[in-house]
Amino acid sequence: METAPRTPVFEARGITKTYRMGEVSVPALRGVDVAFYEGELVVLLGPSGSGKSTLLNVLGGLDVPTAGSVRWRDHDLARPDERELTRYRRDHVGFVFQHYNLVPSLTARENVALAAEIAREPMAPEEALGLVGLSARLDHFPSQLSGGEQQRVAIARAVVKRPEVLLCDEPTGALDAATGRLVLEVLSRVNRELGTTTVIITHNATIAEMADRVLSLRDGVVVEERTNTAKRTPAELSW
Amino acid sequence: MKALDRKLLRDLWHLRAQALAIALLIGCAVAALVGSVTTWQALQRTQARYYESPPLPHVFAEVQRAPREVADRLAELPGVAEVEARLGSAGTVELERGVTAPITARLMSQPPGGSRLSRLHLRAGRTLAGPGEVLVGEGFAEAWGLGPGDRLAVVVNGRRERLRVVGVALSPEVIYAIRPGDLFPDDRHFALLWVEEAALAAALDLVGAFDEVALVLGPGADEAAVLAGVDRVLAPYGCAGAYGRDRHVSHRFLTDEIGQLRSMAAVVPTLFMGVAAFLVSLVVSRLVATERSQIGMLKALGWPSGAVAGHYAELVGLIALLGAALGGAGGLAMGQALARTYARYYRLPLLAFEGDWAVVGLSAALALAAALAGAAGALRRVQRLPPAEAMRPEAPLDYRPSLLERLGLAALLSQPGRMVVRGLGRRPVRAALGTLGLALAVAIMVVAAFMNDAIDLMLWRQLGEAQRQDLSVTFTGAISEDAVGELRALPGVRAVEGQRVVAAVLRHGHRSSRTPLVGLSPDGDLSRLVAQDGTVVTLPPAGLVLSRQLATTLGITPGERLRVEVAERRRPVLSVPVAALVDDLVGVTAALSRGDLEARLGEPGLVTGALVAVDPARAAEVEVAVARLPKVLAVTSRPATVKALHGLLDELLMTYMAVIAVLASGIAMGVAYNTGRIAWAERERELATLRVIGLTRGEAWRILAGELLALMAGAVPLGLLLGAGFVAYLAAAAATDLFRIPAVVAPRSYAIAALVVSAAVAVVALVARRWVARMDLVASLAARE
Repeated sequence: METAPRTPVFEARGITKTYRMGEVSVPALRGVDVAFYEGELVVLLGPSGSGKSTLLNVLGGLDVPTAGSVRWRDHDLARPDERELTRYRRDHVGFVFQHYNLVPSLTARENVALAAEIAREPMAPEEALGLVGLSARLDHFPSQLSGGEQQRVAIARAVVKRPEVLLCDEPTGALDAATGRLVLEVLSRVNRELGTTTVIITHNATIAEMADRVLSLRDGVVVEERTNTAKRTPAELSW
Repeated sequence: MKALDRKLLRDLWHLRAQALAIALLIGCAVAALVGSVTTWQALQRTQARYYESPPLPHVFAEVQRAPREVADRLAELPGVAEVEARLGSAGTVELERGVTAPITARLMSQPPGGSRLSRLHLRAGRTLAGPGEVLVGEGFAEAWGLGPGDRLAVVVNGRRERLRVVGVALSPEVIYAIRPGDLFPDDRHFALLWVEEAALAAALDLVGAFDEVALVLGPGADEAAVLAGVDRVLAPYGCAGAYGRDRHVSHRFLTDEIGQLRSMAAVVPTLFMGVAAFLVSLVVSRLVATERSQIGMLKALGWPSGAVAGHYAELVGLIALLGAALGGAGGLAMGQALARTYARYYRLPLLAFEGDWAVVGLSAALALAAALAGAAGALRRVQRLPPAEAMRPEAPLDYRPSLLERLGLAALLSQPGRMVVRGLGRRPVRAALGTLGLALAVAIMVVAAFMNDAIDLMLWRQLGEAQRQDLSVTFTGAISEDAVGELRALPGVRAVEGQRVVAAVLRHGHRSSRTPLVGLSPDGDLSRLVAQDGTVVTLPPAGLVLSRQLATTLGITPGERLRVEVAERRRPVLSVPVAALVDDLVGVTAALSRGDLEARLGEPGLVTGALVAVDPARAAEVEVAVARLPKVLAVTSRPATVKALHGLLDELLMTYMAVIAVLASGIAMGVAYNTGRIAWAERERELATLRVIGLTRGEAWRILAGELLALMAGAVPLGLLLGAGFVAYLAAAAATDLFRIPAVVAPRSYAIAALVVSAAVAVVALVARRWVARMDLVASLAARE
């Protein structure tokens, strides 16, 4: 349906990642080749231990592969240069964590400001919170917010810097289905309206139905790649 | 304000109790440092300023009688800037108000128009204007309520003279006013008197002559050369050797005191800072562990590692600065109070307390450095924590059976007991740090108690076991031992022992010491040589017994011979073997049997003093009777000395030690509280789980309390050991010729140190019951943020 060939924003070739745990080495990724394209919403699907989180960490510049090459545009993400990776995360990537990782001592607005303050052209924290439907909860502390609201604050924090990439690690993992759908709505809207390349990892196969493309991982390799011909909206999902 | 700064302030508020405990601890350290250093500096500056104008002489010498012209010859010695020939003498004072105990006095001459060198500081009245007038020292004046207009009589050289007090004065040369041979001042029974030179010369038959001389040296003068020159010039006039400021008793007392303050200023605050650093380390480690995912998140957002570590460093810095501010203010107040106490005690007419901001600044910087050093490990972990950690839940700690269990002693442990033991074994470093923190609190308590114990022991050895006489009698010179018989004949006297004291310079190689030889009755019971461990050293029939301190000064060991230059009468030079050493605590002694001394001098049957034991019921009466005997120059009552000494100690040392003890208890509380908080924070989730499973509050609490108890059990013995170590160091650092502070701590003090810290931990354990009781099970089990 698209006019090929597109240039990928992310390109990973033969990446492996091995963790050393004392005397045993545990392979998390075993030769993964993937590409992600501008503006698409990709779901990485797989059971726990399949290597999807490791892949996300590598894409986000949180971790470097043991071998192989990863590029984001002209950034080499395989080189373990902490300063350069920090720069990359700061300027281009938004993260959404399974457990939200909000600072409990800061209000919603302040949590979002934490990211806005170090960004080059951020939107106002209020605007980002408006985007996720939390305009009325600006000055609430995390402990005064529901789980879904906390995750939406975390999304606002991720998008406030107008990132080119949004990486989400089990964003609905700690939420009930209804709240989860609400959060996915927000992610889908950000992807649509801001054109942010979005990668969501999950073990929930239903969520894959909202993606442009689905990559299935098992034991550190991509076992299946499919393009959704009929993408569904989050509201249509049920689990 | 940046969001991260807001986080900083809110975190600080959230941690307020722990932060305050640490700030107070740092405050204690800073206060102890600022207080000790400013006191020390104030005394040092005061001493320097007091000596400045007119300058305190650099060289002193006493002769029997030298014509005035001899002083001019001294002035010609190279390096000598100024010479003052003086008259000085011992005497007794009779007050008009029915005083029972005799009063000894030191009389000093004032040339017409006042002394050039030791200008007196007048505290009341006016200077001398003629014969028949006297200036009295402030201590004596205050002890008896004397002032201008009062009258007193002085007996000098057998002549009684009535004098009118015209003023009260102080002199930098006699800051520490003690009778020759005494160690502690006794203002009620020892007077400093200044009278007109001509009048004193007439009384002493020294018209046109002098018996004391003081010299001021020019810049760059060679003191040793001047001393040798003075000795040469004065040798024919009965000089026992000139000496510099370092041998000047009053100067030395003050200088030693300042030196001791300095060693205290080094040790105590170091201990406090160490404890503070440990606490910071514990609290920040815990904080960093709790905020692991936040740290990862900040890095994932793109905050540089340095900035994130800086955020935690700022938190530590704020706590340290709060402590430094509290401690700085407290320390200045403490320094001022202490310096005033010292100035009052030493009767310094001025006090150069400048409350240096540099000291406060430096102490604050040290506190900050100590706190950051304590936090360094945790900050490094923040710096190194990979951002991917934000994505992972904390892995369960790697537990394994504890050593006790592996030894098959598991049956001895209850389930909570096993949790406690494994918990400590899993984080051995943190358990060790917690133990060390509590141990340091114990050690500080031990150090705080030590001075008290040491002084008690010193007094007991010196005034209880070594000197057992009631009265010490000094005769006007070496007289026939018939005088001992006369004393024995007085009603109320139980025992008398004659003594022969000879002024001498002891030499061994190039080292020397002006220490008199004391000839004692070998079978004497009133004056004994007692070592600090309580052993009594018996006098050998021949040879000297030296204080270990003196032997060290002279570099001599038993078996070697000492050259003794007798500084009176025929001035023979003797070679006397050292027979034994005594490890005594107060002053330095060169003692030998009186018979041996007489044989070496070739002067049998003479005594210079006597020790008297009296019937307690008739003590006052005997004292007066003894003082009225002819040839008796001075009488010292031991009970009076003990009383004066206690006054001194209560005023000076106890003030300082009380402050330290209060700070130490504060530290014990601070350490206990923080240790408890940290144990709680680490176990909260686990305890919540156990409560959910069905454990009662009491059962859950016992696990927490058990951990505190286990830390405590390790901390007490370690703390007592550490305390003993610090005490040994302090005692060694504070030893002088005048005092050796014994490194002893009474068992009672050890017990108190252990009890205070244990009590603090027990209080915290009880408070922890409330933490467990108030635990919100749902919140505690909710996902960690």
